[in-house]
Amino acid sequence: MTGVSTVQELPIQEEVDIVHVRQAAREAAVSVGFSLVDQTKVVTAASELARNTLQHGGGGVATVGLERTANHTTLQLVFRDDGPGIPDVEQALTDGYSSAGGLGLGLGGARRLADTFELDTKPGEGTTVTITFRTRSAVR
Amino acid sequence: MTSASIIKLSDVFLVTFQGELSDRDALTLREDLAKRVSGTGACGVLIDVSGLELVDSFLARTLHELAEVCALLAARTVVVGMRPEVAFALVELGLTLPDLETALNVDEGLSLLDGTGPR
Repeated sequence: MTGVSTVQELPIQEEVDIVHVRQAAREAAVSVGFSLVDQTKVVTAASELARNTLQHGGGGVATVGLERTANHTTLQLVFRDDGPGIPDVEQALTDGYSSAGGLGLGLGGARRLADTFELDTKPGEGTTVTITFRTRSAVR
Repeated sequence: MTSASIIKLSDVFLVTFQGELSDRDALTLREDLAKRVSGTGACGVLIDVSGLELVDSFLARTLHELAEVCALLAARTVVVGMRPEVAFALVELGLTLPDLETALNVDEGLSLLDGTGPR
């Protein structure tokens, strides 16, 4: 996505940062007028991915961006780490798979919750996950 | 940042939340509650999640484990008061937790534990 106008950057270095990312994601979702169900989807996906960044990526950065076009506003969340990367993406996206003893729903779950999902990972170089949520109609 | 409070109502523990629950808060609650159930011989636990705006996979798993631990301690656990938007998000996430007992609110949860409500 190009032309993301409003961007907030948040560190993910310790557990409490997951809560900060959730709060920032909720504020952004409220600001563009998402319904309560959509706000909750945004925050849930943010929570899953922020935890992944901390637990699997060894920490990183989340950015919250908004892109306004004539008809829609898109909320973009990016989670970036310089961790070990994901060796097998298909496996990581499979429900029930987890390398950290969780339920393994983080990536696949976030993909289902979001409107778009992109995963960029290189072994040894880190992982970037980008998800977007779009308003259903024009927001002034 | 958050508070989970545990209140004892005769032989049932009622857990309520306010604000944001961190992963650590959730784990602390699980341990505190298990200790108190074991120490008092409570027969039921009601977890009122109506104060939570979010239940992600970590918290859902923690609640599920809490219910299993309490079952081993001879206490039945019922999750009550889940907000509809939280339920939607959980389902899309892929978590439905079919073996976690739920009720609409604290009242219904109590009658479920009493055996006077529907099963």
